[in-house]
Amino acid sequence: MAEFRRAYGAAPWHLLLLAGCFAVTGWIALRLAGEASALRMLLWFLGAVIAHDLVLFPVYASLDRALRRALGRAGAPSPLNHVRVPALGAGLLFLVYLPGILGLGDGTYLAATGLAPRALLGRWLAVSGALLAASALLYAARLLARRAR
Amino acid sequence: MPASPPPPDDAPSAAPAALWRGLARHRPPGVDAADRAWRSPVRGPWLTSVLGAVLLATLPLVIVTGLLDWIAYGPRLDQAFPRDVGWLHPPVFDWPTRPAWLFRVTQGLHVTLGIVLVPVVLGKLWSVVPKLFDWPPARSAAQLLERLSLLLLVGGILFQTATGLLNIQYAYLFGFDFYTAHWYGAWIFTAALVTHVAVKLPRLVTALRGPGFVRTPVERTRPEPADPDGLVARRPGPATMSRRGVLALVGGGALLLAALTVGQSVDGLRRTALLLPRGRRIDDGPTGFPVNRSVAAAGVTPEQTGPGWRLTLRAGNRTVTLDRARLLGLAQHTAVLPIACVEGWSTSQTWTGVRLRDLAALVGAAGPATARVRSLERAGLFREAVLHGGQVTDPDALLALRVNGVDLSPDHGYPARIIVPALPGVHCTKWVAEIVFDG
Repeated sequence: MAEFRRAYGAAPWHLLLLAGCFAVTGWIALRLAGEASALRMLLWFLGAVIAHDLVLFPVYASLDRALRRALGRAGAPSPLNHVRVPALGAGLLFLVYLPGILGLGDGTYLAATGLAPRALLGRWLAVSGALLAASALLYAARLLARRAR
Repeated sequence: MPASPPPPDDAPSAAPAALWRGLARHRPPGVDAADRAWRSPVRGPWLTSVLGAVLLATLPLVIVTGLLDWIAYGPRLDQAFPRDVGWLHPPVFDWPTRPAWLFRVTQGLHVTLGIVLVPVVLGKLWSVVPKLFDWPPARSAAQLLERLSLLLLVGGILFQTATGLLNIQYAYLFGFDFYTAHWYGAWIFTAALVTHVAVKLPRLVTALRGPGFVRTPVERTRPEPADPDGLVARRPGPATMSRRGVLALVGGGALLLAALTVGQSVDGLRRTALLLPRGRRIDDGPTGFPVNRSVAAAGVTPEQTGPGWRLTLRAGNRTVTLDRARLLGLAQHTAVLPIACVEGWSTSQTWTGVRLRDLAALVGAAGPATARVRSLERAGLFREAVLHGGQVTDPDALLALRVNGVDLSPDHGYPARIIVPALPGVHCTKWVAEIVFDG
């Protein structure tokens, strides 16, 4: 047992568990291999990881770094989080409701419901503006409170 | 708790030792720069574990409600998608009709919780992202396998979220069958999640004893002690947000998404689903509630639904044909029932019509095993639906002719549609032409 542990790097149950995990995935891969769209599914699966780890994360981390550089030295109270928080909120909304905001499903929507799709881009801008304005108001109030002291 | 992480040139003991040692020694360019670039002082096992604990408590709910939605479609009646799933499926049973809100809640939870958890998932990924650029990528076969399973875990949750979000917003950009992909993606993710939890649960429990939720001002926020997993930055910068602040930010994001999503499922709040296509009423009238498929999209013409329309009932070799006036002459029953779509919206309305069991009795099928309902619609995946016996005989199972005190509108299925408690919306067939009772 100790010999196995040394060679493998963990207890036998660890190997068993991972073998089970890969067995499920392998069985699904074999099952889907016959589908015409199997390659597309694989590309979307791997593409999702690449899109998050190598695109989304570096982009938001770089933006945040630039923001910290620009506002990090500003006086107290720091405006940094008053920009960060509404920006993250707007970004999150954009990410989740992106198909609607960009109208990617408009054709299908019109064909299925017979209703004209609503322009959601303006709404997203309005909600984002409201978040930013609320944050700015809060910052102004904090500044005033600090001065009054 | 170990005081410091192993140095990068630590000699691994696992076999083949030469391979792991060589891998550790050959550091590709950029690895050291990346290692130094992680500056956030709040990254660490405690924050990761709190986010992990939230996901551990909530993701099973998303998984189970997803599987329940598959069962609600009726695998026993060969109506669940994907159809042929082999041995990999939950135990199947006849979907009950009570409580009437059952499907509304299971699918509403699945879609809403799936959306609300997006910031928690993103936060969790942010908290562990330095591990992705770690060198060496593994120090033993065990670590290598575990990291490969993490690809399935991360790929799984992102794939499920992306396909789900696109599906509920009508954007079928992916070009593959949604049901097939979301079903098998769920199993890959679930297997990887079970593995991850089994391996990491002891770490999570230990790490939760860390800094705790006590309020700490930003300027006094310090990194956690160096951990064996290497989550804590080696060269942390000054804190710009406390750990509580990060959790509040993630929680705030979740609340924001909840506020803009629940309107899909709650009638009084419909318009608050500002950024979702289902967050709207067609008009303010009694038939203004949402429509998934219009009469025009279904290709059903006014001639088909006009005075010439007949409902055909069959059981064995008996056939009864009724026009709308005769249907209205039969005993009418009114019920307040929800209609819920698997794509994440639902609404409760007051339906009036003839009980399905009364229609069955008309053709001498008092306790049918199934009822096959056909629509006037010629194409479309759901032009036909099969109900099991319990769904036919429920006292509130109706062939609805009217809704909220007026005739059904063409888009809601005039001249007649099915409405059954807890039945998925797609099986509440509209523009009904024929019902065949069996058994």
